[in-house]
Amino acid sequence: MGSRWIWRLVALPGVVWLSVFFLVAFYAILAVAFGNQDTLSQPVPHWNPLDWNVGYVLDMLDNFFSGGPFWTVSLRTVEFVAIAVALSLLIGYPVAYFTARHAGGWKGAILLALILPLWINYLMRMLAWINLLAPEGIGSDLLHQLGIEDVFLSIGLLDEPGGWLNGQPITVILALLYGYLPFFILPLFVAIDRIDRRQIDAARDLGASPASAFLRVTLPLSVPGILAGSVLIALPMFGDYYTADLVSASTQTNMIGNQIDEFMRQGSEKVTGAALTLLLSAFLLVLMFYYLRTTRRAGTTAQTT
Amino acid sequence: MSRLRNPWGRPRFLALITAGYILWSVVPVLLAIAFAFNNGRSRTTWQGFSFRWFTGETGSVLHDPALRDALGHTLLLAVICVAVATPLGVALALGLQRWRGRLSGSVNTLMLLPLVTPEIVMGIALLLLFLQVFGGIGLGTDAQAIGQITFTLSYVVVIVRGRLVSIGPEFEEAAADLGAPRRDQFFRVLLPLLAPAIVASAAVAFATSIDDFVVTQYLSSDASTTTVSMLLYSSARGAPTPALNAIATVNLAITLLTLVFAFLVYRRFAGRDEATSVATLEV
Repeated sequence: MGSRWIWRLVALPGVVWLSVFFLVAFYAILAVAFGNQDTLSQPVPHWNPLDWNVGYVLDMLDNFFSGGPFWTVSLRTVEFVAIAVALSLLIGYPVAYFTARHAGGWKGAILLALILPLWINYLMRMLAWINLLAPEGIGSDLLHQLGIEDVFLSIGLLDEPGGWLNGQPITVILALLYGYLPFFILPLFVAIDRIDRRQIDAARDLGASPASAFLRVTLPLSVPGILAGSVLIALPMFGDYYTADLVSASTQTNMIGNQIDEFMRQGSEKVTGAALTLLLSAFLLVLMFYYLRTTRRAGTTAQTT
Repeated sequence: MSRLRNPWGRPRFLALITAGYILWSVVPVLLAIAFAFNNGRSRTTWQGFSFRWFTGETGSVLHDPALRDALGHTLLLAVICVAVATPLGVALALGLQRWRGRLSGSVNTLMLLPLVTPEIVMGIALLLLFLQVFGGIGLGTDAQAIGQITFTLSYVVVIVRGRLVSIGPEFEEAAADLGAPRRDQFFRVLLPLLAPAIVASAAVAFATSIDDFVVTQYLSSDASTTTVSMLLYSSARGAPTPALNAIATVNLAITLLTLVFAFLVYRRFAGRDEATSVATLEV
């Protein structure tokens, strides 16, 4: 059978492509983060791991653990992401549950409406809110007239009337929620939709009330979907810089992504930026492999059933 | 059915949340589209309907060089991306599906990693690669295309493999039993069965390329490599005219038409359920 090596040969170009533009590229972050910089503060990468200079990464860790600026930004990032994910669950679960279980003849249409935002340019969706929340925008008018603005002002979530886009943490969190919620709902919908109705019937036949059938059958069975959805939206949120840039444009709401973006793209502190990227990647790698593992398991069970 | 009553009270409450969510997710974008047709410079006050921001003499998508060039560059990148990522991804999917070796598991993980890596990490990795290793390529159109191909490749592989799994080996085996040479088994049996998935994956690659922002921005060089997404990022907070809404609307129309076309092709040849699963594949 000469066919074995044929398939390896067919896969080869793709494997080479990913090796160069993903693996080697990622190694470039390591080489720069563990390298040096010249007098013009341009990076001098160290490609040989034996020559690695851990100074920049250690500086970064020191700054982080001694409560320096990176600690503040990291803490803020975790806070923003955690609140946005929690709100996603609060809104997303009922929507996914309703669509999977109670939508009836509307299921197809609702599903289409849930998929649609995934294919609208993220920046266009942010532009839409910038239009709405601008000082004379329809949205800020409406929030003013409904008295919501006053509520936010009185509890200190908004600094000044009409100032939604002036460095307000709440605006950044809600923008993140708006931006990523569609990506949370779909895997959750798939998870709830896959639950075998006979399991719930069995629980009901054995005397469980609807509430306890939900709490003891449906909810536990949808936990993998909740976790997968949460990781799926948390990962890009941790690297997000454009949302905060667009709806706040203030360093007061800087997330870790903004910090990295300032080092790498806008400024010229590429070595420090690479060190920070490396630490962020190390943190996110755990989440990434968790997600790949759970989805692969879900994929294989789906194939066997 | 009636026994599966919602435990939180009447399903009407859930219906209300769902309806509210859908309105909240779609209406702002619909308003942004509406203001693309505003007959005035405001993006907040309606001044009548017009196409001036699409085709007008000054400052329109058609006549403003910055807008027109951004749209052109976006489409150029999308075409290159589809032209390279589709064949590369189809080959990788076929190879991975048939290749049973110790390494194939690692290659599979490597193929999935770009889908879950935060884009800023990929953008920086490629930026440093092109600055420090491939100085000859440098930043600009080539680098942007390579960056987009690197992650759209994974989408192509996932879609094509899904179809390969659902086709199964039976058709090829039948062809072999009937004496078809291996070349015919591939080109006259497998490839036609795979065609809808290839069209769908090309469309997804096209739409993903058009809407990409981070990697494209990180690998851009000068103004001539600005895409629509980059333009939206840099101008949204400035003092723009509804022309920005207009170019976003054109961008959206292109994306949606591409996907609808692919969905129809896929449904025609591969069945409705599979088509729906491809449409939700973005997650």
